[in-house]
Amino acid sequence: MRYFLYALPIVFLVTFYFYPLGAILQTSFARENARAVAEVFTDPYYARVLVFTIGQATLSTLLTVLIALPAAYIFARYDFRGAALLRAMTTLPFVMPTIVVATAFSALLGPRGSINLALMQLFQLEQPPLRIMHTLTIILLAHIFYNFTVVLRIVGGFWSNLDPQLEHAARVLGATRARAFWHITLPLLAPALLAAALLVFIFNFTSFGIILILGGARLATLEVEIYRQTVNLFNLPVAATLSLIQLICTFALTLIYTRLQARLARPLRLRPQTTVRRPLARAREKIVVALYLAAMVLFLMTPLVSIVVASFEDGGSYYAELFINRRDSIMYVPPIEAVRNSLFFASATVILAASLGLIAAYSLEQRQHSRMSVPVRLLDAVYMLPLGTSAVTLGFGFILALGGWRASIALVILAHTLVAFPFVVRAILPIVRSIAPRLREAAQMLGASPERVWREIDLPIVTRALLVGAVFAFTVSMGEFGATMLVARPDLPTIPMAIYRVLAQPGLANFGQALALSTILMGVTALGILAVERLRVGEAEF
Amino acid sequence: MFKTIVFVLLLVGWLSACAPAPTATPAPTATPSGPREVVIMTHDSFAASESVIKEFESANNARVKILKSGDTGSALNKAILAKASPLADAFYGVDNTFLSRALKEGIFEAYKPAGAAQIPAEFVLDAEFRATPIDYGDVCLNYDRAYFAKKNLAPPQTLDDLIKPAYKGLTVVQNPATSSPGLAFLLATIGYFGKDKYLDFWKAMRANDVLVTDGWSDAYYAKSTWGGKGGDRPIVVSYATSPAAEVYFSKGKLTEPPTGNVLGDGACFRQIEFIGVLKGAKNPDLARKFVDFMLSTKFQEDIPLQMFVFPVMADAKLPDFYKFAQTAKKPAVVSAADIDANREAWIKAWTEVVLR
Amino acid sequence: MLELVNITKQYAGAPLLHDISLTIHAGEIVSLLGPSGSGKTTLLRIIAGLEQPEQGEVIFEGRHLRDVPPHRRGIGMMFQDLALFPHKNVFENVAFGLRMQGLARAEIRARVHETLTLVGLAGFAERDVNNLSGGEQQRVALARALAPRPRLLMFDEPLGALDRLLREQLVTELRAILKRIGMTALYVTHDQDEAFAMADRVAILHATRIVQLGTPAEIYRAPANTFVAQFLGLTNLFPARQRDDGTVETGLGEFALPPTGHPGGPSVYALIRPERVRISTTGIAAQVEECVFRAGKYRARVLTAQGARMTIETENALALGATIHLHIQTIELIQE
Repeated sequence: MRYFLYALPIVFLVTFYFYPLGAILQTSFARENARAVAEVFTDPYYARVLVFTIGQATLSTLLTVLIALPAAYIFARYDFRGAALLRAMTTLPFVMPTIVVATAFSALLGPRGSINLALMQLFQLEQPPLRIMHTLTIILLAHIFYNFTVVLRIVGGFWSNLDPQLEHAARVLGATRARAFWHITLPLLAPALLAAALLVFIFNFTSFGIILILGGARLATLEVEIYRQTVNLFNLPVAATLSLIQLICTFALTLIYTRLQARLARPLRLRPQTTVRRPLARAREKIVVALYLAAMVLFLMTPLVSIVVASFEDGGSYYAELFINRRDSIMYVPPIEAVRNSLFFASATVILAASLGLIAAYSLEQRQHSRMSVPVRLLDAVYMLPLGTSAVTLGFGFILALGGWRASIALVILAHTLVAFPFVVRAILPIVRSIAPRLREAAQMLGASPERVWREIDLPIVTRALLVGAVFAFTVSMGEFGATMLVARPDLPTIPMAIYRVLAQPGLANFGQALALSTILMGVTALGILAVERLRVGEAEF
Repeated sequence: MFKTIVFVLLLVGWLSACAPAPTATPAPTATPSGPREVVIMTHDSFAASESVIKEFESANNARVKILKSGDTGSALNKAILAKASPLADAFYGVDNTFLSRALKEGIFEAYKPAGAAQIPAEFVLDAEFRATPIDYGDVCLNYDRAYFAKKNLAPPQTLDDLIKPAYKGLTVVQNPATSSPGLAFLLATIGYFGKDKYLDFWKAMRANDVLVTDGWSDAYYAKSTWGGKGGDRPIVVSYATSPAAEVYFSKGKLTEPPTGNVLGDGACFRQIEFIGVLKGAKNPDLARKFVDFMLSTKFQEDIPLQMFVFPVMADAKLPDFYKFAQTAKKPAVVSAADIDANREAWIKAWTEVVLR
Repeated sequence: MLELVNITKQYAGAPLLHDISLTIHAGEIVSLLGPSGSGKTTLLRIIAGLEQPEQGEVIFEGRHLRDVPPHRRGIGMMFQDLALFPHKNVFENVAFGLRMQGLARAEIRARVHETLTLVGLAGFAERDVNNLSGGEQQRVALARALAPRPRLLMFDEPLGALDRLLREQLVTELRAILKRIGMTALYVTHDQDEAFAMADRVAILHATRIVQLGTPAEIYRAPANTFVAQFLGLTNLFPARQRDDGTVETGLGEFALPPTGHPGGPSVYALIRPERVRISTTGIAAQVEECVFRAGKYRARVLTAQGARMTIETENALALGATIHLHIQTIELIQE
């Protein structure tokens, strides 16, 4: 029975990932200009692109982890009012379509953006002082902006179950706060840190919209290059080769990661969050936390708030306009319908991704038998592949291989799940691995059959991590990442689809409506996240 | 336990409330009495009035399903990739810059539509009518009137003006590798300067600080001075109808277009859009009827307001605000054969000169 | 009630348990005593069903347990690190086994409170297990193991983490509780005092085998070999040779053959218990190396003129470096 369950995620991947991927690769290399592939290896340009891709991804990841780590700590250890809301807000960037974010960044940081204008006014300057559009800087900023929440939730979630007594013990033994953190907490956090870092890296590595729009035409990652080779050049062999390179890099990186994880995962004294969290006590604590949170909110919220504010520029007229099909267009999307469709797909994705992710995480849990470790590590890396695969390539693969299925709603949900379920796996795995086997044995000795052991011991402990994964699944689906846009059902338009439709034409009314829809997207997503977080599966909240 | 049950019930309730109202997914060849479905694959900019489409549907006992598939290039690529088992009955949106690719890949079936004789000859690029022209529009540079007025600078009149020092750092174009108007503008420069000299122009553009984006939305909304979102470029590659669209979509605030077009000889490129019946379509007869329908007056007159391009049929009446819509008197000309032979090479050369 | 027949187990390629056979009778408390790494915990886990032996049988109440999974064996276990469920409170921890048995809620409640009272934790039902003291957590773990009334209860070094005073107190209490309810128990420890205080019989595990099985008194009075003797803290062991004329020759001199316990064989040791050594004016000369006060007496380590070290007990403190004379009353002979 167990092996049947474990096989499900694999079957899922084979059908909806390997098969389409194989189809598009095969087609690409069978084209008559297949010899063009050679240029990928001879033209130094591609090497530069690869180096840039890896470089910006590494830098982005490091910065994101460093900047978000204090947030993870604050949310893990402290109890304060509005914590859930704040945390939900940090996840909003994740769901926003890149064109909207890019415009918001432009509006803030562009040569005639608010910040530059303000500075020019303040310091009586001729030229805008901040020239970061189309540079590495803005790419890094945007990446941190998007991925902050990944680190916050995964590391924070794990941290909130760690026994604070371990740090206290270190302090009593004479370690300063910093040393206690460095020597005790950090190694214990390592599994979650690595998981978050891996996810963020893969995201940055395959970053597309941000590089495309904010990076300008001169900066290119592999993904952007794949897109450029495909769309108007239709140079499939080169695109496929670049996809393969991208895939191999992701795979190799994940293998390294699994090797590290195997060594770092250890059974922990897990404590329920209610005991770990405490209210802010001393004034100094309060001030520092408040300052950091203020900075965080400022950074993450300003672009989003500017979108919301701009959407109300004309009173509520843009919102009103959303409900009017002024030109009697057949392509008109009633906003309620878009919201409903988005929520429907997102709910279905959450359920499917959570189930598959849970099963996959358990199939990866290392038992004592180290004979299993190599296949397990390979499987772990395989589960991450959908995230590290070129969306353009995969999207075409869907068309090619699953074209007949295009009509089915199921394909949309499955495509969303493909991208969402690695998040669930990464969120759950560190917790699952840290459940002391002794707890399960104790339950067994008290008469619990294997299924009941799972239900009574694992499930409550894993639930919180499962919810972290579920939140990601929800936002991935709402934001329609990666290849998912390519399998969208036109008669079931979602909010991102509606935004893109409205931006296809010039005019203030159109742009205003895009802003209004983005605001609605943010609102719906925030509510959805809060709802998911409130779910309780099993008896106790752990 | 109890909580789990409640939760599951709520979830089931939510899902069924959320489940999209069954837009009846009919089988392609349904019962004789029920309507048949015809699927039209298009690029993302397709639009038509509901009433117009409904007319077609009732006249032919059909249901029209529009399958939007990305920008022009992406949509065509998908149609090509799926040609063994087509995703639709007809494909609309291939333009003259890509027609050769579509014809070479053989995705279309020849069909001479009912109104073929009335189509002006300049638009009929395929004598076999594997693809039928439906509309055209000019890709031109738009410029910000207010900006040039304030700076007391004459707006550019021809492409040559763009490389003058006075216009340094004022232009944004799109990458021809990723953007349809971007490619069109590149072809304009090739048509105007010639195959030998166009790269010199682009070298000069690079020296004159031209900004390149990958897509039209980014250039138009985020980089232009009139998009209002922090951009600082007053000259943007867009469509000749964009100034008119600005008026239309200004919610009554504008009575005059805020932007103008650079309409000098050879400064614009005429894009003609085609529709073709896909080989292997499930309902080819309905597809053909739809092609006929797109050439009918009803549809042709619907085009301006929906897609902001011009109908090919001369007798189609244009809406009022099209008084602001302009076309180039002498758009740049590049032969279809040339485009077919050199498209990729030109894009690569341009990339080398401008980006790398 | 529990019969182990020829249990054999390897660990990392080397033998860990070899032909272990043991019978535990109903109502009896047997302690399994041995140094760390001797396989005691593994043996428990084999009986529990958490590990499988390479050879041998576990027979519980006449039933072969080979194919019975752990949760159906009806054997309770208290783990070394307690393994309290952190996400459940005291009541829920103790009630767990009862829930698995499918008892009615009212009965569960009654039984939990009864068991908590038995272990001295009445009123702790709503407490959070993560916030209890060491001793309290022990009792919760005990209550949890007791509540389902297993036929056999196994303890894996449950008191290891506690201080000595608490440990001694708990051992006494634990034995009293177990005897009161007539529980059969197998108690594993490396601490000799604990084992002897707990058990009716003690099995000493060493080098893959049970080297001695008997009541604490029996073992103390007649250790089977030098390992057992040393394990019991009887360290005055000297190689000895039995002579035909009924004397025993050792490095410390000649002694008469003791009346009982003639192990024979080539390797024989003389055991001299500290309480059998008197300080007198004549006898074996020795120098005091160390003298500490322990458990009400002075224990001194001395170096004899022959170069042998001995541990002796005295009422009064001895000066370091002083020379004293020892008179050895009796010796015992044991195997190596």
